[in-house]
Amino acid sequence: MSGRFVRLSETNRSQLTIIVDGQPVRALEGDTLLVAMLGAGRYLRQSEFGDGQRAGFCLMGACQDCWVRTEDGARLRACSTVVREGMRISTRLPEATWSNAV
Amino acid sequence: MVECRVVIVGAGPAGIRCAETLVAAGLRPTVIDEGRRDGGQIYRRQPENFTRSYDMLYGSEARRAEAIHGGFDALRGKIDYLPETLVWNIAERQLYAAAGTNQIMVPFDVLILCSGAVDRLMPVKGWNLAGTFSLGGAQIALKSQACAIGKQVVFMGTGALLYLVAAQYQKMGAHVAAVLDTSPWSLRLSALPKLLAQPSVLWSGVKLDLTLRLAGVPVYNGIDPLEIEGTADAGVQGVSFKDRNGEIRGVACDAVALGYHLRPETQLADLARCAFTFDPGTRQWLLQSDPDGRSSVAGVYLAGDGARIRGARAAEASGRLAAMAALHDLGHPQSAEIMAGLRRTLARWTRFAQGLAQAFPWPAQQAARLSDDTVVCRCEAVTAAELRRVVLETDAIEANRAKAFSRVGMGRCQGRYCGQAAAEVIAHAAHVPVEQVGRLRGQAPVKPLPVVIGEDAA
Repeated sequence: MSGRFVRLSETNRSQLTIIVDGQPVRALEGDTLLVAMLGAGRYLRQSEFGDGQRAGFCLMGACQDCWVRTEDGARLRACSTVVREGMRISTRLPEATWSNAV
Repeated sequence: MVECRVVIVGAGPAGIRCAETLVAAGLRPTVIDEGRRDGGQIYRRQPENFTRSYDMLYGSEARRAEAIHGGFDALRGKIDYLPETLVWNIAERQLYAAAGTNQIMVPFDVLILCSGAVDRLMPVKGWNLAGTFSLGGAQIALKSQACAIGKQVVFMGTGALLYLVAAQYQKMGAHVAAVLDTSPWSLRLSALPKLLAQPSVLWSGVKLDLTLRLAGVPVYNGIDPLEIEGTADAGVQGVSFKDRNGEIRGVACDAVALGYHLRPETQLADLARCAFTFDPGTRQWLLQSDPDGRSSVAGVYLAGDGARIRGARAAEASGRLAAMAALHDLGHPQSAEIMAGLRRTLARWTRFAQGLAQAFPWPAQQAARLSDDTVVCRCEAVTAAELRRVVLETDAIEANRAKAFSRVGMGRCQGRYCGQAAAEVIAHAAHVPVEQVGRLRGQAPVKPLPVVIGEDAA
């Protein structure tokens, strides 16, 4: 399935590649992480409260709906993070995969 | 005179004009802004490697946007500018700010808050589905990133911005599936005397509406939103609503831009202990301020949409006026004539804003009609049923108490997008006026901070 966002212009920028859940995703220089991810995919994360996928909401750093994680666990606000070549992002919740076993 | 530390928070039209006025008086203010570049939300600058012209980006406001950006560029070297810096607390005349993981303490003698506004939201069933964005967010996608939020976009809500953003999408080649306005046309006619306080702006608004209709975009007025339809996996797939004749209609779409005008960002002023007053015209709590922008706290001034929603041009005038008020209070004589002129300009914008509030009212009555399974708090998926249960079972009718019991307003947006609607739900469930519910207190940190505990560099 194609991406959620539609690029209307400014498509002649240099390309770069980021890695989302282990898969390469094409982005353009100057993209926010949110735009790169929604330009190629349908969502940014799963709601921790069980109501499905989330794709951000306010795009101005106020709602915090667009949190994603880098592979080493740092939290990023996708709407206000500019993509960099080779950035590695995980849309999976650490909470969902953590084991409760000691 | 002793060196006076003047700090401006926000680099939108109010903050920029405020800084200019202070620099012209020989001061060197500090400007702290959360954005990567200046301009605020309305005159948000696109990334450096984008090539669209001012005319393409800002339309009728192109020259103003250019003047604002040019004005700020000319201040470099004359101000201390801290971009990408979040002020997250104010205590004892100090700002607590964070730039990435760096903590910065900024003491001040004079503080001018130009913190702007965010979209004002009324929930609708399904607004938590992926593909629903705030109206302002939809505009940012276009202006700042040259993207549409979907292949078929429905614009739903009310206010001048609804038509502006829909028209901008149409112009830039996006597919606008429909514009669904909750306000009936008749209200615009009754608001006309006030709207005529700014005839040219009124005319621009009329043109936007005509442009959309001529382009064949379905525009419905006086609608009642029923549901944003879709699934947890696919996200948004359509919108259903009642038209003004009560007929149920549906529009297929993969994205919805939702917004009911704007809400001031008041958390920092709240932490600075500025007093609020309930504004019956817009049914929201606004900061107390004299006509020049003096808050109830000595040394703390307010300008722009963060103080009162009057739009970008009023923000410029109020930024100048607040700076002049601050300078006057510091003992720098100011031109009474210029100040009087700015007050007159602002009075016209205030009247126009009252007209907009009358023409495109906040749909308070929708809160009463929200189905029990509607999510009120998007952050934590708390439903209207849960909030109503808390009100009825625990008697929690005060906003902060109801928040503690229901968690509505306690999530990561800290009540920015659910707080005002939740107050309406509570007021209706408890049969009390909404002002009796009160307002959510600002809490530090005003936005989530990264927690990094490292070794002492020493």
